[in-house]
Amino acid sequence: MTVVALDAVPRIRRGVKCTYDQIRSAHVVLFPEGVLVLNETAASVVALCDGVRSIGDIAVVLADSYDGVEPSDVAELVARMVERRVVDVDG
Amino acid sequence: MAEAPFGLLAELTHRCPLQCGYCSNPLELVRRDAELSTEDWRRVFDQARSLGCLQIHLSGGEPLLRPDLPSLVEHANSLGCYVNLVTSGVGLSRERLHSLASLGVDHVQLSLQDATRAGNDRIAGIKAFDRKVEAASFVLDEGLPLTVNTVLHRQNLDNIAGIIAMAEQMGAERLELANTQYYGWALRNRAVLLPTREQLAVADPIVAAAQERLRGRMEIVYVIADYHEAHPKPCMYGWGARQLTVAPNGDVLPCPAATVISSLQIENVRDSSLHDIWHHSPSFNAFRGFEWMRDPCRSCPRKEIDFGGCRCQAFQLTGDAAATDPVCSLSPERSTVDLILETEMAPAEVPAMAMRKMR
Ligand code: SF4
Ligand code: SF4
Repeated sequence: MTVVALDAVPRIRRGVKCTYDQIRSAHVVLFPEGVLVLNETAASVVALCDGVRSIGDIAVVLADSYDGVEPSDVAELVARMVERRVVDVDG
Repeated sequence: MAEAPFGLLAELTHRCPLQCGYCSNPLELVRRDAELSTEDWRRVFDQARSLGCLQIHLSGGEPLLRPDLPSLVEHANSLGCYVNLVTSGVGLSRERLHSLASLGVDHVQLSLQDATRAGNDRIAGIKAFDRKVEAASFVLDEGLPLTVNTVLHRQNLDNIAGIIAMAEQMGAERLELANTQYYGWALRNRAVLLPTREQLAVADPIVAAAQERLRGRMEIVYVIADYHEAHPKPCMYGWGARQLTVAPNGDVLPCPAATVISSLQIENVRDSSLHDIWHHSPSFNAFRGFEWMRDPCRSCPRKEIDFGGCRCQAFQLTGDAAATDPVCSLSPERSTVDLILETEMAPAEVPAMAMRKMR
């Protein structure tokens, strides 16, 4: 299991594209090995993985639009994205 | 209704400068004058996108042999698809790659036949090694992610460590090490290609150690040598579940090797839409889900994992595409595979490799 620290800085991997699929009406991530269909929260997290914000920063931004977002939830989601090779973390 | 597909494997041409004896293309290769036109392919891409495809793999043969490749890349990209170029690297200059990348190629998948120049070029049938090494450097300089893929068999399995090192040197993010699957050309050359048990016993731990060592840097995907296993490899995500293939002549295939199932009635994009073919054709519905299965698969818990194995292999080795994949230890026909292993793993006289050629 990948564990991501709260001060880690995630970044979308090179070669990964995030887009919206009108056919499925869903946010999707496209990468060499496949396609991931994201729910709205996951899509907002991935969109904020810019190589600048930390997990904690992302949680703060998300708290504006969603209730009860815990940094640990963000860390868990990012960890899953790291395992799918969608996101990299520095630090 | 079946779920929408995610990917289109577009085999733009069967023409290829290489002559690998394990090529997954059928023995009966589509000739140039039977290939789809640029307009046809654009229509196919449009239909694939409206059907739900988000990835277009431009493959072949060698897709670089299609002069309209740039316009096809541009079109696939304009539809919002992820564009994957699957190439031998032969014919990929720095300028050409740069222009393809600016038109929308997102990822390059480069084949490598062996770890050394001599080994690579013997399998490929032409001098290709240096050009592959060059091609990899162009991909890297262009800033595109690179996957190297190598088909494994008796002739190169002993060099597995070298192949992994080569892919690292080339700067690959992913390495696909796929043991040969025996359809088409590979089936014909099976007695030259089948690895021995000893070879696999040495190679498997080398791959496992490399996977561990390179974690986070280069992902290694390893496809098992299924004849040697007790269970089959899973058929994609199931028949007609995630991806479809369009052959150079417009034939629409549920799996890239599906032409080997001669009992399957194959549809063509010149006659029907991808939507109709995906949802309503007998070929795509033939092995969807679990209903078509008989025992032992029907009552086996592993069917959710392997979908009863490979339909093409079942057809080729048992004559019945709905049979349990005969590599499965539970198949009543497993002895067929054991006999092949016994006679072909170390044949008394090794035949010459039949090099892939158009007739
Ligand atoms: S396997 Fe070899 S011959 Fe077949 S398409 Fe690929 S590079 Fe060409
Ligand atoms: S019996 Fe069928 S489902 Fe069970 S392991 Fe064998 S091939 Fe797979």
